[in-house]
Amino acid sequence: MPTDTDHYETSVRERRAEAVAEFADHKPSPLQRVQHALHVTPALVPLIVLLASIVVFGALLGSRFFSPFALTLILQQVQIVGIVAAAQSLVILTAGIDLSVGAIMVLSSVVMGQFTFRYGIPGPVAVACGLAVGTACGFLNGWLVARMKLPPFIVTLGTWQIFLATNYLYSANETIRAQDIEATAPILQFFGAKFSIGGAVFTVGVVFMITLILGLGWVLRHTAWGRHVYALGDDAEAAQLSGVDVKRTLISVYMLSGLICAFAGWALIGRIGSVSPTSGYDANIESITAVVIGGISLFGGRGSIMGSLFGALIVGVFSLGLRLLGADAQWTYFFIGVLIIAAVAVDQWIRKVSA
Amino acid sequence: MSIGQKREPILTGRNLVKRYGKVVALDHCDFDLYPGEILAVIGDNGAGKSTLIKALSGAVIPDAGEVRLEGKPVHFTSPNDARHAGIETVYQTLAMSPALSITDNMFMGREMRKPGFRGKWLRQLDRPAMEKFARDKLNDLGLMTIQNINQAVETLSGGQRQGVAVARAAAFGSRVIILDEPTAALGVKESRRVLELILDVRSRGIPIILISHNMPHVFELADRVHVHRLGKRLCVIDPKNHSMSDAVAYMTGAKVPETEFETA
Repeated sequence: MPTDTDHYETSVRERRAEAVAEFADHKPSPLQRVQHALHVTPALVPLIVLLASIVVFGALLGSRFFSPFALTLILQQVQIVGIVAAAQSLVILTAGIDLSVGAIMVLSSVVMGQFTFRYGIPGPVAVACGLAVGTACGFLNGWLVARMKLPPFIVTLGTWQIFLATNYLYSANETIRAQDIEATAPILQFFGAKFSIGGAVFTVGVVFMITLILGLGWVLRHTAWGRHVYALGDDAEAAQLSGVDVKRTLISVYMLSGLICAFAGWALIGRIGSVSPTSGYDANIESITAVVIGGISLFGGRGSIMGSLFGALIVGVFSLGLRLLGADAQWTYFFIGVLIIAAVAVDQWIRKVSA
Repeated sequence: MSIGQKREPILTGRNLVKRYGKVVALDHCDFDLYPGEILAVIGDNGAGKSTLIKALSGAVIPDAGEVRLEGKPVHFTSPNDARHAGIETVYQTLAMSPALSITDNMFMGREMRKPGFRGKWLRQLDRPAMEKFARDKLNDLGLMTIQNINQAVETLSGGQRQGVAVARAAAFGSRVIILDEPTAALGVKESRRVLELILDVRSRGIPIILISHNMPHVFELADRVHVHRLGKRLCVIDPKNHSMSDAVAYMTGAKVPETEFETA
C-alpha cells in the first residue's frame, strides 16, 4: 500500500523534526542538569556531603581528625550500622521498612553464643545456626508481608517486639563474657580481628561491610533479581503485570535482609567482644537514618545502596568530629536530624523534576 | 481487509463465565479473533470488556468456559502463562516501572543473561545484547526519536511511553497483542502516532485486540468491531457498513442488532 508507506514516512520525518526540538528544550538550565545528574546517580548527594564534612572537620581539627587512624576508626564505629543499613536498604527499595533489623541482629548473636556455651556446639556450627535463625526471622517478615499482605511497618513493628522478647527469654538476660569466648570459641569474635596498613586499622567487620555493599550494589544493578527489586518498589502492580514474581522476590528480599542482620550480629560480637542480649537496641533507627541520609527513597524503587554506606559514614564522621571538638553529644543528633530532613527534601526535588 | 469469517480463528472464547459475588461480569460470553486482523472491543462502562480481556490474557481465571489458542484449549493461570503462549497485553496503566530504563522495562521478567560462567553462576545480565535488542525493536517501529535507550521511562512523554509499551508487546508477542485503551491518556498528536504504530504492528501480521472508547479511532483502525453488552458479545459489526452512531446505539441498548454476525 503506497499511500500507507508515504504516510508512514512523513510521520517518521515529523517525529525526527520534533525530536530535535525536544532535545533543545532539555538543554538550557544548569539546575536541570544537576537535577538530571542526581536523578541518574542518587548516591552523589551523600557522597558530596560526606567529602565536605570530612574536609570541614579536617580543617577544624587538623591531624587529630585527618589521620589514617581516626578515619579508619570511623569505619570501625560504623561497621555494624553499615551492615544493618545494607539490609535495611534492600527492604526500603521494595517500598517497605524493617523495624526488626536490630532485634534479628541481637537474637542471631545470642543464638551463636548460647549454642556454643549452653549446648557445647562447635563454634562454626553455632555461627551457621545463628545465620539460619536470622534468615528464618527474615522469612517470617517476608511471608507476612508478601503472602498475608500486611503492611511492612506493622509486620516488623510486631516482629521487632517478638524477636527482642525471644532474645531476652531465650538468653535469660545473660551476657557471655569476652574472655570465655576468646578461650572457647574465638570464631565468634572473627569479625573483630584487626590488621593495620600504615596507621590505618581495619577489622574483618569493616572489610565485610565494604565487600557486602559493593557486592549488593553489583547484584542490584546487574542481575534480573536486582532489577525486580527496584521494579516492585517502584510499582508493585506494574511489576506483577510485566512478569515479575512479586511475592517470591519480596520474600527473598526479607530473607536476605535477615541473613545480613545475622552477619551483623556476628560482627557485633567481634566489635564488643561479648555476647549481650541488650546490645544494638537502636540499630533499627540508626540504619533507617543511614538509608535516608544516603538518598534512598522511603517510597521505594529509587536510590543506590552505596548511598547507605555514605549515609552511615556521614553519621560516623559527625559523631567522631563533634566529639573531638569537645561538643555536647546532642549536637550530633541535632545535625543528623537536619540531614535527614534535607535528604528527604532533595529526594522530593529530584522526583518533581523527573515527572 | 477481510472479514475472515471463513478462516480459522487464532484465539477463541466459548461460554466464558466470570462472577464476582452476585455480579456477573461475563455471562456465557463468546469471542473470536482471526489472524491478521484488528478486532476492536467496545462496550459501555461495566459491560465486562475488561474482564473478557483479562480472561484472555490470564489476569482473570474464568469460572466456566473455554479459551482456545490456534485451536488448542489453553488454561492461563497468570499473565505470564499467556505471555509464554505468545499473547502480550499492553495495559492501560502500561505496567512499566517509571524509575527504570527503557531497556530494563522492555525485558522486565524475561531478562537475557550473559553466556557462560558470568550468566550461569553470577546471573549477570547481558546488557549490551538487551540494549541492542531494545534499540532494534524501537527502530523497527520508527520510535528512535528516543535518544538514549538507558533513560528512565519517567523522562519520556506519554506517547513515547505508550510507544515503548507497544514495542515491548510487539517484540515478544508472537501470536496476539491486546491493547487496552492505548490512546485514552494521550493528546491528539500523540494519539495519531500510536494509531500509526498499531497499523504498523498489524502489517507485520500479528492480530490485535483493541479495547477503546474512542469511536473515531475504532472506526479508523478496526477490521471488525465486537460490541460487548451486559457481559456478553451482542454482535460483531463491520465498521465499513455501520456508522458510529449505530455502534453506540448497540452498545447502550438503544438499538438491537438483527443477527450476532453480519455477513460480509
